[in-house]
Amino acid sequence: MTALVALPVLLPLMAAGLSLAFGRFADIQRVLGLVVLGAIIVNAALLLYVADVHGPIVLQLGGWPAPLGITLIADRLAALLLLVSSVVTFAVLIYSIGQRVADYGRGTSSTTFHPIYLMLCAGVSLAYLTGDLFNLFVAFEIMLSSSYVLITRRTTATRVRPGMTYTIVSLTSSILFLTVIALVYAATGTVNLADLAQRVSELPDGLQSSLGLLMTIVFGVKAAMVPLHFWLPDSYPNAPAPITAVFAGLLTKVGIYAMIRTQTLVFQHESTWQLMLAIALLTMIVGALGALAQDDLNRMLSFLLVSHIGYMLFGLGVYDIAGLTGVILYVVHHITVQATLFLVSGLITRHTGTVALSRMGGLAKAAPLVAVLFSIPALTLSGVPPFSGFVAKLALLQAGVDAGTWAAYGVAGGAVLTSLLTLYAVARVWSRAFWGRPQEPAGDPDPSDELVVGTGTTSPAMMVASGVLAATSVLIAVAAGPLADISGRAAVDLMHGETYRTAVLGGGAGG
Amino acid sequence: MSTVNLTMAILLGGLYAGGFYLILQRSLMRILLGIVILGHGANLMLQLAGGPPGRPPMVGDAAPAMMTDPFPQAMALTAVVITFALTTFLLALAYRAWLLLGHDEVRDDLEDRRIRRLERRLAESEEDEEEMETEATQ
Amino acid sequence: MTETESQSPGEQEAWTTWDTPSERWLLSGYTRDRRERKILLELAARILFPTVLVFSLYLLFAGHEHTGGGFSGGLVAGQAFVLRYLAGGRMDSSSTVSLQPPVLIGVGLTIATFISLVPLAFGGTVLESAIYTFTVPMLGQIKIVTSLFLDIGVYLLILGVVLDLLRTLGSAIEADVAAVERR
Repeated sequence: MTALVALPVLLPLMAAGLSLAFGRFADIQRVLGLVVLGAIIVNAALLLYVADVHGPIVLQLGGWPAPLGITLIADRLAALLLLVSSVVTFAVLIYSIGQRVADYGRGTSSTTFHPIYLMLCAGVSLAYLTGDLFNLFVAFEIMLSSSYVLITRRTTATRVRPGMTYTIVSLTSSILFLTVIALVYAATGTVNLADLAQRVSELPDGLQSSLGLLMTIVFGVKAAMVPLHFWLPDSYPNAPAPITAVFAGLLTKVGIYAMIRTQTLVFQHESTWQLMLAIALLTMIVGALGALAQDDLNRMLSFLLVSHIGYMLFGLGVYDIAGLTGVILYVVHHITVQATLFLVSGLITRHTGTVALSRMGGLAKAAPLVAVLFSIPALTLSGVPPFSGFVAKLALLQAGVDAGTWAAYGVAGGAVLTSLLTLYAVARVWSRAFWGRPQEPAGDPDPSDELVVGTGTTSPAMMVASGVLAATSVLIAVAAGPLADISGRAAVDLMHGETYRTAVLGGGAGG
Repeated sequence: MSTVNLTMAILLGGLYAGGFYLILQRSLMRILLGIVILGHGANLMLQLAGGPPGRPPMVGDAAPAMMTDPFPQAMALTAVVITFALTTFLLALAYRAWLLLGHDEVRDDLEDRRIRRLERRLAESEEDEEEMETEATQ
Repeated sequence: MTETESQSPGEQEAWTTWDTPSERWLLSGYTRDRRERKILLELAARILFPTVLVFSLYLLFAGHEHTGGGFSGGLVAGQAFVLRYLAGGRMDSSSTVSLQPPVLIGVGLTIATFISLVPLAFGGTVLESAIYTFTVPMLGQIKIVTSLFLDIGVYLLILGVVLDLLRTLGSAIEADVAAVERR
């Protein structure tokens, strides 16, 4: 039973090993990846069910008790995010297999893509499930080092530079993370999150807030919150579409997850957190305005990604049950939507042969299916009523208004404005790319085009994968009721850390 | 809670300062060295988090209470391995950059510059604010 | 030997190279450019290579109770190959290791993760280990900790990583340089 918690980490790792060992057999790698990631979806769904009904599932690795050993824990939040993430990784794998078959033919194997991708999945799962700060660092490293490889794979002269920026920024933030861990350990003598929760509250106030702030900066870099976001629109657009999709869908959200986890469990804030609200507002507005200035479709989507990180920070800044419910809903919705958008952007650029919006046109007639696939996540992202974005945004706005402070009102206003700007940005894509007449390739093609576009053919698998993700985001809207309920319960768990602490440390006094 | 002695504090400060200085350079090799130095700083910090230096690390050399805290050492070992792996990755990346570009300089965001140029051009041509913005988006 | 014969000097050879060795100290038949050879290093590598490998195995098995373990064992075994590489160059290390490093990494990773799941079959938790002691005639009492098998996976993994590093950052770059020189 408890082993279910370890499987989402161990299975991809084992599959990565097998995939490496069978590096020459493309079909084995593909089947292996699909089977394992499919199994993880089932596994995560089971975890979510059990965690919701019976409370958090805890696994002490090797049977070593909590503060000393390594703890894996699946509570509602972790299981929910794991479920959504595994759906995304599964769909993206289908997409990238489709893309690979379309580009290079069925037989070509890749010794790096499948193993590294599975490692990435293992890292993401570990980040969600770990119950200890240092393991969170390890999870980040597994995830990030896989992402370095994926983003610099098959680099050309123009793509090696963004890869460098990405790697350096992430490495620096990792070292900062390590520093924070050292400081936390020096102050408390433990890195187990549940144990930390208690010991940190015994520290002097100043020390608590400075450690908490450092931690926020570290995760802020990973989550791309505004003063620390500059690397994201620079690096993400330069990776192939499926890679960008999984990065955009998952990596920043893992940063947000880590932030939620540490801010609620370890470094608690009593009331509305003004600094976070200010950062949230800044993130939303800067991201949205940045998106409007872009001509490159992928860069525009990257800026929108940054902008919508602001919503999650907003909920975290409000810091009450309603706010956290909103954050969880938003993360769930945003993981699927952002991944879908990048996948569809891959389809679009394959049809048009360019990433520049100014040189696109007439896609609505040329590729009506792509148009439908784009419209669903685009409307969802901007929060148009029937879709899931609306539900999540509404929850956040309500939480902001209920919080009742001027700062919260202000950020809620900013959120509405950002929503409008997002709608404007995606409408601009629609009018540029899908309406009008198809354009002839211009005389001076953007040098960054050839590497993103690929061979220009799409395959049914890519369509299906994008469709599955788009359908998932619609499904989230359909199931908004139960989802909001479970997010609410997860938020209650987060605000009252006792459930988590007793689950990890046992019924006793703990610590 | 443990406090650090002065030598170590100065050493840590030096490592972090040197590391961050090198990271701010243009050449990837220097950045790589910066990351290595920063990594050393972080690992030293982890070690110091385990208490004062000089205590025996191995079982059997002293009473358990007198021994050094093994936990930071385990963490530092993991961190060292990770830093080592990423250092080799960066080396390979620098080599690739050198092969492809002939240098290993980390350049600014190209597209960003393009957009800035576009904006400057639009500002120079005499148009009122609103039109400027709509065209900057084209 | 024929290779070295064919390159063998005539009268016109420069005085700097006339005394460079042409013997085959290393196991494989390839030698790098004669001017870069170092006899001491090659001899040392020849002697140390098996010794270091045995030592790495010792570390692997001693790991549970003494200093060592799969990780350090694997690194030490990797060092043996690094030594060979330093002495013999790219031709040497690629000719002795017929196994592809990625396969080694993959097998190691698979073993390690699989072993961590095995205790589940016996009603334990993930990564749990058990200690078995039994007596073997002639050898006396032998104690086996099941984490040894995990360590074997780690050993292979690390060895594979070092070999892969040698391949990508060592011989591949050397081959690039050689290709540039030939051009």
